[in-house]
Amino acid sequence: MERKMVFMQGNEAVAEGAIYAGARFYAGYPITPSSEIAEICSQRLLEVGGIYMQMEDELASMAAITGASLAGKKSLTATSGPGFSLMQENLGMAQAAEVPCVVVDVQRSGPSTGLATKPAQADIMQARWGRHGDQAIIALAPATVQECFELTVKAFSLSERFRTPVVLMPDEIIGHLRESVLLPAPGELEVVERKRYTGDPKAYLPFKPEDDDIAPMADYGSRYVFHITSSMHGYEGYSQNDPDNAAWKIGHLSDKIYNSLDEIIETREFFTEEMELLVITSGSTVRAAHEAVRQARSGGMKAGLLQLITLWPFADSKISELAAGVKSILVPEMNLGQMVHEVRRIVGAEMPVHSLAKSSGQGIEPQEILTKIREVY
Amino acid sequence: MAVYSAEHYLNRKRLPHLWCAGCGSGIVLGSLTRAMAALGLDREKVVTVTGIGCWGKADDYLNTNAFHGTHGRALSFATGIKAANPELTVIALMGDGDGATIGGNHLIHSARRNIGVTAIVVNNMNYGMTGGQYSATTPHGCITSTSKYGNPEREMDLCALVAVAGANYVGRSTAYHVTQLDSLIKNAISHKGFSFVEVISPCPTHFGRRNKFGVSVGMMKCLKERGLNKAKFGMLAEEEKDKYILLGKLVDRDEPDFNEQYETIRTRVFGSEQGLKG
Ligand code: SF4
Repeated sequence: MERKMVFMQGNEAVAEGAIYAGARFYAGYPITPSSEIAEICSQRLLEVGGIYMQMEDELASMAAITGASLAGKKSLTATSGPGFSLMQENLGMAQAAEVPCVVVDVQRSGPSTGLATKPAQADIMQARWGRHGDQAIIALAPATVQECFELTVKAFSLSERFRTPVVLMPDEIIGHLRESVLLPAPGELEVVERKRYTGDPKAYLPFKPEDDDIAPMADYGSRYVFHITSSMHGYEGYSQNDPDNAAWKIGHLSDKIYNSLDEIIETREFFTEEMELLVITSGSTVRAAHEAVRQARSGGMKAGLLQLITLWPFADSKISELAAGVKSILVPEMNLGQMVHEVRRIVGAEMPVHSLAKSSGQGIEPQEILTKIREVY
Repeated sequence: MAVYSAEHYLNRKRLPHLWCAGCGSGIVLGSLTRAMAALGLDREKVVTVTGIGCWGKADDYLNTNAFHGTHGRALSFATGIKAANPELTVIALMGDGDGATIGGNHLIHSARRNIGVTAIVVNNMNYGMTGGQYSATTPHGCITSTSKYGNPEREMDLCALVAVAGANYVGRSTAYHVTQLDSLIKNAISHKGFSFVEVISPCPTHFGRRNKFGVSVGMMKCLKERGLNKAKFGMLAEEEKDKYILLGKLVDRDEPDFNEQYETIRTRVFGSEQGLKG
């Protein structure tokens, strides 16, 4: 099959990207602005031999994809803020039990039901810290429909590679945006499969990491019998409460991700040569920032743009590297200021870091960013 | 069919169990392993799914595959596992807190969906693990650690709920009526679609002690006296029924289960070559 140029919506590209990545199980509960993902998956999964399930709520949706993944199916769910809040419980379960799966959160304005269903980028901290207890998460944010497709594939690959749930978080503007996409041919994008155990069934330890930090998996129903638990556990997967094991396990859940930042973190730079002011943003705001920075450059201001494709873990070293050459930083985001605090943490108090925070259920326009650039330049 | 003993399914490394003396949970575990043995189940093809609570520890003592999940969500994990691989025997073990109270919504919808999972709810009429607070099945007026002057709420009839929600198989027994329990669990596991067994079980530590049942022996005696089969229960006057427990098989239907319905649609649209694949 050839590459194909098509005109599609962000949510549609997420659904198609999931199928390209080999996802064959979807469980979800409809919610605007993510429902197109459910609608398309309900049809496409039936066509390709997969299963679509419409659950009674988001707690059950998150639980069902965790179960299905352990039965050997790449699995996903899609939701928006209110549903994402409900998923936190079992997202924590999937993290603790190290179960690969993908959660799509098409971000809308909150708090609570909020401005149903206007755009926001206000779930950034919920994605990172929404669960109780120490844990690490991988989260990706697309800025184009092409990225919706490609980052969905990447989200599955990272989840399979690191045995962990991955959150894909387009904002509503990107989820509902329609533009041209070049669909890759099968085999063109890398699709990673989870590492599966092949040794002696009696010797199988489902939570004993190998040299790459990851323990090999088995599927329910294979010859490898295994035990999964939400409780603190050791290599065998049975609850184990001794402090040494707990310290190791809690550390491991973060270390397996933070020891492999090069594999996980993706950013994109625009106009970052000879730069005095750096704009850092993600999602749909990248599009506005790109136009603002372009206009600033033609107006003689040395502005540049860093797009955070991976939101979590945060791109600390890339930001430090670019910050070393600039006089100030501007962080536009569709919330009251979430990413900006991470940027301040990285660059320190000496560097002026300006926030352009907008939380009104509207996108940020190029003119607003340009005005702010002029103000702080 | 392979021939296994009930002990084959027990994980001896994890025994002895943590249940109190006189608790009914161990009796139900015995019934479950005997049912598995009677059916000759391969432990590789069985997934036991549990939630949180005293009975929710049961998976530790079994050497089947297991998923010990979050409180109340056992049926949702089980649903994903069964839907993704219908070849598996998926058994959800839940208490009344897990299965009927925090997880009540999942119970209704698992039955409605007729997902091919067997749910065994050990109903000890209170939250044993957290110190004996009242649950959705604590009888009205009973004393618990959060209803010291009597439970203001009414209890729920789980079997009636699951039956009306559409389960294929529903049965009720007690930790006293072990022979009946063995056969209900065995039939539930081998039944297509959603199957449900409620086991009324003594919690002498909390419920029995607070409600003056004379702890374990007294509670067992009470189950023996109050558990009646359909014929005897039917002869009771209406106002008497409240004091007794109806036991036995209550529903036995042969409706298509979730996976069967899904594949029927797939076959209708795409023809028979498009089975569950990939
Ligand atoms: S607290 Fe009650 S239910 Fe829990 S183990 Fe003890 S007797 Fe059994």
